[in-house]
Amino acid sequence: MRNTGKPGRTRRRTTLAVLAAALCGATAVHAQDVTSTLDDPRVGLRAGAGNTAEQALMHMRLVSWSPKPAELDSARGLTFINSDLAFRGDLVYQGNFSGFMIWDVNSPARPQLLNTTVCATDQGDPSIYGDLLFISAESPRARIDCGTQGVEDGVDRMRGVRIFDVSDPRNPRLVKNVQTCRGSHTHTIVPHPTDPSVIYIYVGGSSSVRSADEMPECSSGAVAENPNTADYRVDIIRVPLATPEQSEVIGYARIFEGLAPSPGRAGVPADEAPQGRAAFGPRGCHDLTSYPAYNLVAGSCGSFGILLDASDPERPRRLDAKSDLNFSLWHTAVFSNDASKVVFTDEWGGGTSPRCRASDPERLGGNTILQIDDDGRMTQHSYFKMLAAQTDQENCVSHNGGLIPVPGRDIMVQGWYQGGVNVFDFTDPDNPVEIAYFDRGPVDAENLVVGGSWGAYWYNGYIYSSELSRGLDILELTPSEYLSENEIAAAKLVMMDEYNPQAQPQLEWPAAFPVARAWLDQLVRNNGLPAARTAAIDAALTTAERASGSARAEQLTRLATALDADAAGARDATRVRGLAAAVRQLAAASEQDQ
Amino acid sequence: MTYRSRQALLATLVSCTACASAGAPSPDAAHQHGTEPVAEPAADAHARHAAVQPHAHHGHVAELPATAGPGYTVADVHFMQMMMGHHAQAIVMSARAPTHGASDLVLQLAQKIDISQRDEIEMMRQWLLERGQVVPTDEQMLAMHMPGMLTPEQMAQLDAVRGAAFDRLFLTLMIQHHEGAVLMVDELFSSPGAAQDSDIFRFATDVAADQGDEIFVMYRMLDMLAATGGSRTP
Repeated sequence: MRNTGKPGRTRRRTTLAVLAAALCGATAVHAQDVTSTLDDPRVGLRAGAGNTAEQALMHMRLVSWSPKPAELDSARGLTFINSDLAFRGDLVYQGNFSGFMIWDVNSPARPQLLNTTVCATDQGDPSIYGDLLFISAESPRARIDCGTQGVEDGVDRMRGVRIFDVSDPRNPRLVKNVQTCRGSHTHTIVPHPTDPSVIYIYVGGSSSVRSADEMPECSSGAVAENPNTADYRVDIIRVPLATPEQSEVIGYARIFEGLAPSPGRAGVPADEAPQGRAAFGPRGCHDLTSYPAYNLVAGSCGSFGILLDASDPERPRRLDAKSDLNFSLWHTAVFSNDASKVVFTDEWGGGTSPRCRASDPERLGGNTILQIDDDGRMTQHSYFKMLAAQTDQENCVSHNGGLIPVPGRDIMVQGWYQGGVNVFDFTDPDNPVEIAYFDRGPVDAENLVVGGSWGAYWYNGYIYSSELSRGLDILELTPSEYLSENEIAAAKLVMMDEYNPQAQPQLEWPAAFPVARAWLDQLVRNNGLPAARTAAIDAALTTAERASGSARAEQLTRLATALDADAAGARDATRVRGLAAAVRQLAAASEQDQ
Repeated sequence: MTYRSRQALLATLVSCTACASAGAPSPDAAHQHGTEPVAEPAADAHARHAAVQPHAHHGHVAELPATAGPGYTVADVHFMQMMMGHHAQAIVMSARAPTHGASDLVLQLAQKIDISQRDEIEMMRQWLLERGQVVPTDEQMLAMHMPGMLTPEQMAQLDAVRGAAFDRLFLTLMIQHHEGAVLMVDELFSSPGAAQDSDIFRFATDVAADQGDEIFVMYRMLDMLAATGGSRTP
């Protein structure tokens, strides 16, 4: 095991030049060629299956590793690889290309496997809502009866979203197969804005349309020629929560209209006008991230990142779409907590290829960070990629992640397949910085055996990483110059009942001293206030913490008022106001405690 | 796949650029691995759109031997064998960008295509090897004529142009090439029982998605070139 307190080599940042945005909405970030670095503790780690590979960690520790159960560990290739995660209470739902697992992580050091359900899916992405577990199935081999023998007769095929009742996590019960024309690669919960008895599921995926013999309502082709085509749309499932067996596809959203270059436009001779599929834009979205608190959905759809207003979940409306010549497959999005930024990932090569070698450029197969203005228009700022050079034996590209709830900062944890797990700060959208990581050597020293982190997510104090071939990893952040003890403590105060990474929850921090101290630590770190002043604020917080009731409330209110005055002349006024708000919240709570 | 064999393939493909453009596989290549002889690509020029029509390859190339196995069909094996050839031509095309005065944008795209398709050839090779199936030789790959693939005449045309003219023709022909790959995936999915193997399903779906979207991107690049008159710094 290698452990180092030093960050990776300082990044050269890319220079941005938006090319031809006015022409056709396509932006390209004109970047210097930054490639992966060999100067990093993650380079050259010894290979090994399970937990035997050499590890490199920075500002993280591995709390536990749990191998896959035997039922889902029986083949090489993709047939039994793990996929995404969902969380509820003490339970973690882990998808697999051939089923799913339910883990009890009440003790993160010793996860208990409660259930393994074998049910061919490809790719088995899970979402949990109350007692209902939703599982994506896309493969032609997926069956209505969950068998793994493949499909000979199309009537046995199940491509769509499976719904399980998991009220007894040891005995999941299949209650509904919602069939869709193109199956479900991923899916996203979009709650009804006012009716708590209903949720919607947006279906992600770009696979081919199944034959009408299997599902009479399915047909393909261009929208102009076939208005009912199952291509070029996002299917929407309505789930009545009390009667999930009545869930059904209630319609679809054609969110790509007008994105395509149209034949015969200026500058393009008619014989070179787009033919075939290209004439109609993306076939679908790889996935969509909903952010219900803002009625937003970010769709990662082919060569576009698309922002939707989902105030009416049955009729989402496109706000903006961005394209980037360097992005191959817009894959997943994560919003900043205030929805002013969005990180889009590019799964260049689909996740099974080694795309983090020393020769692979930063601008390909990483993330891009965009700002969202008040009108829902996006502006592209920078690229960010895990830059520790990986080997030919490690599939590696940008993949799934989510926010770490540190107040005052935008921090994301992410899986990069065999590039490991890393944590980066994108508070400044022009200068994302890596602040922690965990990586293992390749699964196999000779061959590329597909493995690594599918996705890594912060949930109630720990980072959970779904390892394709190795199982489930649970990690914990450790304090560093980049992330203080108070900031980690503040993050750990954010407790969620339920967490689906593709349905992003809004983070809220309780009234607590670590929250105020997290803001203060940030002001110390960035010299947002003079040192004498931060020391005085620190002392005031310590005194208030020793007091109680109305005495504490009075002291804190006084401090907040002083902070308002500080903000006026501060180098980082925004953060001083954040601290003032946290102190006021504490004062109010102290008053109520009496 | 080891690093060494990857490098060997790179060397072979780049060195075969000339023979590919001449449309002449080396005489003994077809008999390596004891496989059936591979027919030469049709000598007559295919119109660009004819090249991406379904079944354009039938009659032009003998399929390599293939057998079904647990979870996969003969169509699956043929798909992997033939897609290797399809990908190999994209690598050959991309190798011309640095020597033919391509603009930065086209150079970057060619680099991306080169990396992508090289990796995927290795993935296909590994898939076939693990199942004891015939792996096409480099020469067989370059001699295949699948939907969308450039005819020798088209390859010669690409060879003859430089600068902005190269950019334009490269994009146009790569669009044709990618459209063929998407068509091959559609044919695979319409074949009974095919694409149930998780690796093939994922790969074929990704090929259709990645290349379908890359087609879209290339149309945008053609737009940008048209708008800037093909200047090197749009």
